[in-house]
Amino acid sequence: MKTKQLLKYLRIDRWPTVWCPGCGNGIILKAFLEAVDQLKLKKDRVAVVSGIGCSSRATGYLDFNTMHTLHGRAISFATGVKLARPEFKVIVMGGDGDLASIGGNHFIHACRRNIDLTVIVFNNMIYGMTGGQYSPTTPEEEMASTAPYGHIERPFDIAKLALSSGATYVARSTVYHYNLLVKYIKDAIEHRGISVVDVITNCHTYYGRYNGMPQPYQMMEYFKNNSVTIEKARDMSEEELEEKIVIGVFRREEGKPCYLDRYEEIRKKAMKGR
Amino acid sequence: MNNIDLKKARAVTGAEAVANAMRQIEPHVVAAYPITPQTPIVEYFAKFVSDGVVRTEMIPVESEHSAMSAVVGAAATGARAMTATSANGLALMHEVVYIAASSRLPIVMPVVNRALSGPINIHCDHSDAMAERDSGWVQFYAESNQEAYDLTILSLKLAEDESVRLPVMVSLDGFILSHGVEPVEFLPDEVVKEFIGEPKMIYPLLDTEHPVTYGPLDLYDYYFEHKRQQVEAMENAKKVFPKVAEEFYKVSGRKYDFVEPYKLDDAEYVMVALGSTNSTIKYVVDWMREEGFKVGALKVWMFRPFPKAQIQKYLNGRKGVVVLDRSASFGAEAPLYEAVKSALYNVAIRPQMGSYVYGLGGRDILPEHIRKAFEDALSGNLIADEQRYLGLRE
Ligand SMILES: Cc1ncc(C[n+]2csc(CCOP(=O)(O)OP(=O)(O)O)c2C)c(N)n1
Ligand code: SF4
Ligand SMILES: [Mg+2]
Repeated sequence: MKTKQLLKYLRIDRWPTVWCPGCGNGIILKAFLEAVDQLKLKKDRVAVVSGIGCSSRATGYLDFNTMHTLHGRAISFATGVKLARPEFKVIVMGGDGDLASIGGNHFIHACRRNIDLTVIVFNNMIYGMTGGQYSPTTPEEEMASTAPYGHIERPFDIAKLALSSGATYVARSTVYHYNLLVKYIKDAIEHRGISVVDVITNCHTYYGRYNGMPQPYQMMEYFKNNSVTIEKARDMSEEELEEKIVIGVFRREEGKPCYLDRYEEIRKKAMKGR
Repeated sequence: MNNIDLKKARAVTGAEAVANAMRQIEPHVVAAYPITPQTPIVEYFAKFVSDGVVRTEMIPVESEHSAMSAVVGAAATGARAMTATSANGLALMHEVVYIAASSRLPIVMPVVNRALSGPINIHCDHSDAMAERDSGWVQFYAESNQEAYDLTILSLKLAEDESVRLPVMVSLDGFILSHGVEPVEFLPDEVVKEFIGEPKMIYPLLDTEHPVTYGPLDLYDYYFEHKRQQVEAMENAKKVFPKVAEEFYKVSGRKYDFVEPYKLDDAEYVMVALGSTNSTIKYVVDWMREEGFKVGALKVWMFRPFPKAQIQKYLNGRKGVVVLDRSASFGAEAPLYEAVKSALYNVAIRPQMGSYVYGLGGRDILPEHIRKAFEDALSGNLIADEQRYLGLRE
C-alpha cells in the first residue's frame, strides 16, 4: 500500500518522531494504519490508549482519539474508555515493560475478563526509553544495561501468558513479517473479546547494540532467520525451538461472550420487569 | 555554601556523586526500577555491583512499588537497604513510602526531582517529593552535587539513630544536578565506613530467638499512639541532626544545618528556597548587593521535619521575605511558602511576605526573574495572600 494513503491517519505536524532511525515501532505503526484502512474504520470511532515508553509515544502521532497515560496503566484506562463508549474500537499500544512488568497485572486480568480490547505489544525485549534495562521478555543469557554479564531471569512468553490468562485471540508476528502483521492486527481489531498481538520488534539502539546486532537490518535478518510458523513448530522438539520465534495465530475463539456481552446479560436480568 | 578544594575534587554528575555515596555505604540490598532522571544513579551502582566493588545484592524489580516493598522487606530483617527514584516512580511507591515510615525503617532514598504527570514531563520540579511531605520521611533538598553526596551519607546516620529510626529522602534536582557536572570532594571509603558504623538492628525479622511481626492490624486501640510516636521521632530528628552534622563536619570539614543563611547579617529582604535554585539566588544577591541593596538568602536544607525555630530566628524582623516554590499546591498556598508563613505567625516583628511559584516542569529560572521578585519586595509590593509566578506566560 502507498504510504501516502495512510498519512490522513497521522498528525504529521508532530513529526519527526522521537524514534531512532530504523526503529521497528514505525513498522508496527504503519501495519496498524493499514489494518485500520482496510477495515474502513471511522477515525473518530477508534480510540488508541498507550502507556509510557518509546512505543507508547505512538499515540502522539496517531490522529484518532488517543490517550498517552501512565507507565503500565494503559489497559486500565482503556477499560474505562471501552465501558463508556462500547461502540469504539479500543486499541492499547505499549512496550513489553509497560504491559508485562509494571503493568503485567492489568494484562492478565484483561485477558481473564475477555474485555473487548486489542492489545498490541511492541515487544523489543528491553526497556528502550530508559536506556536498555532488561525487561520481562529479555531472553536468558542476553545482555542489557542491567545485565552486563548476561540475564539470569526467565522471560515471559507474551503469547503463552495471554493464552493461559484466557485471551480469546492471540497472535504473534515480527516486524520483518509485515504482511502477517497487518493481517493479525486486522483480525485482532475485528475480534470481539480481548485480542493480543505480540509483535517482536527491533530496538537496535539498545537490545541490538548489547547483543551484537547494532544495525536495524541485522535485527531484521535475525527475525527472518529465526522465526518459525506455529504449524512448523508443532513438529519441532523443545531443543529445536530454543531461541526460535514462533509466529502465527495461537488462538482464535470467536463467539465467546466478552465482558460487555455478559454485562448486558446481567443488566437485562437485573432490570427484568422494569 | 561549603567551599570545595578543587585540587581534591573530581568533576562528576549528581548521579555519579550519589551512586558513589551508595557505594561507600554499601547497602546489603538495593532494589530499583528505572525512571528518568534517576536512571544513571542505578546504572552507576549496577556497575559497582557487577564489578564486585560492592557486595550489595541488587535486584532490578518490575516496578517502583515492588522496589520500595523489597527495600522495606530487607530493612525489616535488619539489612541496610536503598533505592532511588523520581516523579511517577515515587508516586507509585506512595503506599509503601508510608509503610517504611510507620515501620520505622531507616531507609535512605535519593529522589531525583522531576515533575509529576500529567501531562508527562521529565524535567525538574518538586511536585514528586512534595506529594510525600506528610508521609513521615525526613526530607533534605540539595543545592549542589556535593550536597547530594554529603547528605546521602549524613542521612544514613540520622536515619539509623535509635531515637529517630525514620526513613530519609535526599532530593536532588533532576537533570540540573543529576546530569550536571560539578566538582565534588569525595571522602575516603574508610572515613565513610567509620562515620556510618555498623547498622544497629532493632527488632530484626531474622532474629528467630525474638520473633516479631511488622504491620499487624492496629485499630482505634493503638494506631493513634503509634502515630504520636512518629510525631515524636520527627522531633527527635531535629534534636539529633545537629549532632550528626557536627560529626560529619569533623570528618569532612563541611557544615550542614537545617537552613543556610547567605549574606543575612544586615539583610532587609530575604529570599527562601529549596534545592539548586539557591545558587542562582546567591548570584542575584551578590549582583544586587553590588548595587547597594540589602538582600540575602535563606536556603532550606531540611524540609521535614520543618525547622520552624531556625526559620523564625533568621526571618524575624526582616522587612520582606520572598518564598520561591518549585511546586504548586492546587487550591492552597505553595508548600514552602505555607510552611514559612505559618512559622512566622508568632514572631515579634512579622515581615511582609510574598509567594512565587517558578520552574514547573523544568521551566528555566533566570537571574532576572529572581531580581524581579526581590524588586517587588524592595518596592513594598508584596501581598501575603497572593501567589505570583516567575517565568510564566499569561
Ligand atoms: C511509574 C513509572 N516508573 C518508571 C517510569 C520510567 N519508564 C518510562 S518508559 C519505561 C520502560 C519502557 O520500556 P517498554 O515498556 O518496554 O517500552 P519501550 O521503550 O521499550 O518501547 C520506564 C521504566 C515511568 N514513566 N513511570
Ligand atoms: S531506543 Fe530502541 S525502542 Fe526506542 S526508539 Fe530507539 S530503537 Fe526504538
Ligand atoms: Mg520495550
